[in-house]
Amino acid sequence: MRNSKATSDPVGDMQRSRTKKNWLLSAPALVVLAAASSGPLLIVLVYSFLSAGEYSGVVWKFSTDAWFNVVFFRDIFDGTTSFADAHITILWRSVRLSFITTIITLAVGFPTAYFIATRPRRNRSLWLFLITVPFWTNLLIRTFAILEVIRNEGLINIGLQMIGVIDKPIQMLYTDFAIMVGMTYVYLPLMVLPLYASMERLNFSLVEAAYDLYATRHKVLRRIIIPLVKPGVIAGSILVFIPSLGAFVTPRVLGGGKKMMLGNLIELQFGAGRNWPLGAALSVTLLTLVMAALLMYVRTTQGNNAGSVR
Amino acid sequence: MIAFIKKRTPFSLKSQPGFGLIAGLCFLMLYAPIITLVVYSFNAGKYISPWEGFSLQWYVAAWENEAVQDATIRSLFLAVQAGVYSTILATMAALGTTRTRPFRGLMAIYAMINQPLMVPEIVTAVALLILFAMIKSLTGIQGMFYLVLAHTAFCIPFAYLPIRARLEGMDLNLETAAADLYATPWKTFWRVTLPLLFPGIIAGSMLAFVISLDDVVITEFIKSSGQETLPTYMLGQLRRVVTPEINAISTVLLGLSISVVCLLFIVERRSRK
Repeated sequence: MRNSKATSDPVGDMQRSRTKKNWLLSAPALVVLAAASSGPLLIVLVYSFLSAGEYSGVVWKFSTDAWFNVVFFRDIFDGTTSFADAHITILWRSVRLSFITTIITLAVGFPTAYFIATRPRRNRSLWLFLITVPFWTNLLIRTFAILEVIRNEGLINIGLQMIGVIDKPIQMLYTDFAIMVGMTYVYLPLMVLPLYASMERLNFSLVEAAYDLYATRHKVLRRIIIPLVKPGVIAGSILVFIPSLGAFVTPRVLGGGKKMMLGNLIELQFGAGRNWPLGAALSVTLLTLVMAALLMYVRTTQGNNAGSVR
Repeated sequence: MIAFIKKRTPFSLKSQPGFGLIAGLCFLMLYAPIITLVVYSFNAGKYISPWEGFSLQWYVAAWENEAVQDATIRSLFLAVQAGVYSTILATMAALGTTRTRPFRGLMAIYAMINQPLMVPEIVTAVALLILFAMIKSLTGIQGMFYLVLAHTAFCIPFAYLPIRARLEGMDLNLETAAADLYATPWKTFWRVTLPLLFPGIIAGSMLAFVISLDDVVITEFIKSSGQETLPTYMLGQLRRVVTPEINAISTVLLGLSISVVCLLFIVERRSRK
């Protein structure tokens, strides 16, 4: 505590006695979170080891079928076992698209964050504000906005047809490409914000020193700027990768049920698939992937505070 | 034009080739789709495109649509409740975690409060679906309670972060001074801490309100029939042929979110001065 005084001091005494039990103030929030956020995750884990009910829900009987079904497929007629191609395709698509999305947002976000960080100080918060506004608007609406731009009768196709580059529309909607564009669009602010946070602290006298030593602009970028803002790069990448992996709305609207990601596969099991244990097992799989990514992040940035965004 | 300026200005330390261009494209990319969506909400035609002239008919249609009215009221009701509850809980939690000496469990408390930010929404949604289905079949209790509880929970970290930031930036000497002048801890809180904390509380509650208003995934999973919110209603409509009515609803919702965020920006600027 900053102003701790000698024990004989009554104010210091009061401050100290207050601080001891103060953490109890967070108890109500923790109770609500335990009831409606962390606690239920344990139930999902339990459900992944139960048998599927006939119509929906579960039968309370231990079974590892759900976990088996995540990667394997057992033919009900001849009993042969093979890999569940559909699941593996979807899993692979989730990881691949999330990875590509992270790379693209980094490629666009890095120069943008740098541009904002090099504006005069009083203008920066306005530029930053322009980045955050879309982030605070509805994800569904932003996805819908992308749908309107890339659909067959959308702006891009009509524009290209008008200038005569193509004579019939390119099918972009309901492809992996559409999902990737949508995720890049909705998660871009999550990349720019942490990048900006570390670029703002960039010490430009180091850049100046490099130029004094006859470094080219490219060299300054590669040898000075990028290494210095690396914590921001890692934080931004994690912040984009994790929600991309668990994306649900964007692939549903832009993939149109044809191109599913892990989130949609999970929904399917709780809806038309009527296989809750499998859905639970897939959820745990997704959670594990996310936690692994987070753990990697914590490992690489130990003792580093670059992760603080908002 | 850019080349022209470059020739005249002395060597710039900070510039990197092409970065300004990419940043410009980035801002264009961020706003062009939203602007397109807003523009087409004024389309007179039956479909979103082609453009057939200016008209407000889709706003009228949305206004008169009973399903939309119903969902709007429910969304606002939910967002106000979740916003208020989560802000109260988050303020208490922020006081509890900053006005204390570091101890072992503190990191665990941080992790727990921020947990909704880390776990994918779809996983939380599924977990709540299972839990609430269980409770409903055991007790038979129905109603908005489940939605309010779920929304309150995932709004807590959004309300917590700005409030904690404000508390950490606060001058503790003021509280000590109040205590020096024989204010009771309770009085110190009401007369010193809380007024100073107010901008943080405003920011936190507004963020919580917007986050609740925008939620699709968790609501979609745990709502009972007849509990559509505006976002879940829209998600349902997107399955069909969409008319500019969806654009009109989107524009109104966008306007609401953006004005809340703008207000926040202004409040923050003021409180910094």
